[in-house]
Amino acid sequence: MSAALRVLSAGVLTTVEDQGRHASRRYGVPLGGAMDLFALEAANRLVGNAPGAAALEITGGGATFEVLSLTLLALAGAEFGAQLDEQALPSWGAFLARPGAQLHLRGRQERWGARAYLALAGGIDVPEVLGGRGTCLAGAFGGLTGRPLRTGDTLHNAANGAWGTGDALRWAGRRWPEEQRPAYAETPALRLLPGPHIELFAADALQTLLHTPLRVSATSNRIGYRLEGLRLHSAAPVDLPSLGVLPGVIQVPPDGTPILLMADAQTTGGYPIIGVVIGADLPLAAQLLPGDSLRFTQTSLEEAWAARRTLRAWLDAGAEDDDTLALLAWAGVGGELCED
Amino acid sequence: MAIQNPEPAIDHGLTWTYRLLGEAGLLLEARPANDAANRAVQMLALALDRLGLPGVLSSVPAINTLLISFDPLQVPLDQLQDQTQRLVAQLDLARAAPRVLTIPVRYGGADGPDLDEVAAQLGLAPRDVVAEHCAHVYRVLMIGFAPGFPYLGGLPERLHLPRRTTPRAAVPAGSVAIAAGMTGIYPARLPGGWHLIGRSDLRLFDPGTIPPSILEPGDGVRFVALPDGVSP
Repeated sequence: MSAALRVLSAGVLTTVEDQGRHASRRYGVPLGGAMDLFALEAANRLVGNAPGAAALEITGGGATFEVLSLTLLALAGAEFGAQLDEQALPSWGAFLARPGAQLHLRGRQERWGARAYLALAGGIDVPEVLGGRGTCLAGAFGGLTGRPLRTGDTLHNAANGAWGTGDALRWAGRRWPEEQRPAYAETPALRLLPGPHIELFAADALQTLLHTPLRVSATSNRIGYRLEGLRLHSAAPVDLPSLGVLPGVIQVPPDGTPILLMADAQTTGGYPIIGVVIGADLPLAAQLLPGDSLRFTQTSLEEAWAARRTLRAWLDAGAEDDDTLALLAWAGVGGELCED
Repeated sequence: MAIQNPEPAIDHGLTWTYRLLGEAGLLLEARPANDAANRAVQMLALALDRLGLPGVLSSVPAINTLLISFDPLQVPLDQLQDQTQRLVAQLDLARAAPRVLTIPVRYGGADGPDLDEVAAQLGLAPRDVVAEHCAHVYRVLMIGFAPGFPYLGGLPERLHLPRRTTPRAAVPAGSVAIAAGMTGIYPARLPGGWHLIGRSDLRLFDPGTIPPSILEPGDGVRFVALPDGVSP
């Protein structure tokens, strides 16, 4: 274990995340974990980590880190115009960073993008709590003492995985093929399956939902997105006993504004569920910020499973080598590695 | 989304419905939504744990439903549904003998700022509200809303009130509250719309222990009034 990064500026919201806590959902603990599980796993695989190793989720950009020791890093997810000192870093790639360098993520560069994932070779060394290392903001535990990062925090990387200077050189410069990423878009069409309470809504409610452009409200966060642009009404007053819910669930409270539940959603809810966004499209939703637009489209169970299989196959195929980037990576650390 | 349901599966006087919650959630509902249904979904969750079926990520028992999260690439839906139906058929509801935990509470005053108003609304004296609240063994129907928040069923009808019209932005940790025909305890400082009648010092939720919650779904809970608060 060694000190790898110091936070100079944490931006709007930067948290340690992994793949979430399943087993303790029964006790009211949100699943949590990365909003964009695809980008998290890609970043981890780019540095040779286990798929679910703890990494940083940087929301909106505006974050700066000082590199404290020679470290293999990778970025995936939103393109935030990252730079290592003066050198521009492509997103979805692994790179070596030397001590003293500053890593800066500016902010959205393209028409989409909300969350970038920064993985450190070996994974971020934080204690496992209830089977996870991610930050549970509702319970104030996990991650870095249960809170978002702030200026002055130091992150250590664990010594496991493929990390080791010789091996790191082999990984530096790898990038994630563009054609093997989710179809991120400015206005994504999120595929949904009709929900268990569809019969409680007015007969045309689902069609209305599918044909209305929607906007992510200003009050949206990791718990869920309130979707502005329409009001859906139930056919009759509804009094449902609370039931378990999951990220992707679209529930409709009495005011008619749909809420898309995201990673930190409560484990149970009592509002009727009109639809559920399929797992393969949650990464697209994760890359939306308040004010962004989206729409829904209906899909089938078979297509939902096929989409999952596709993402799984892309993740398992892993990264590809890129000689150009490898050279850049070498150039960046030559001083440390070449004795002359 | 509706899926193929088994022959009207009636066990223990309960009718079970299987629905999908997305492509990776299987939602079982037991009707009617009574105590037997609540016990059944809790026992089914434990039975699924014991079975340890690969690909089952979690199961969340609620009032009369059980949500099973699964990885469809690891366990096909039909196999999961078959296994679950088998477990439903084997449930032995008679075996459930709940443990009962006693929770000391300081009622009224700063610890229960709504006690007087609750009493006025119910047409009771504050000490009668306390006496009634302490006179029953409640049952943990489910844990949800926030880490470790128990929904306790069995509140006598004399104490039934709707939620507050204006929720509080922050309720102190340990607050004992009533609303919606139930009683509950806020395990942490949280926003809340229930009526606060007292406060307990018991730490209900500790992420450093497994399980993290002192209360399990199905447990019995009895409240006792501490002498430094309003007593019956």
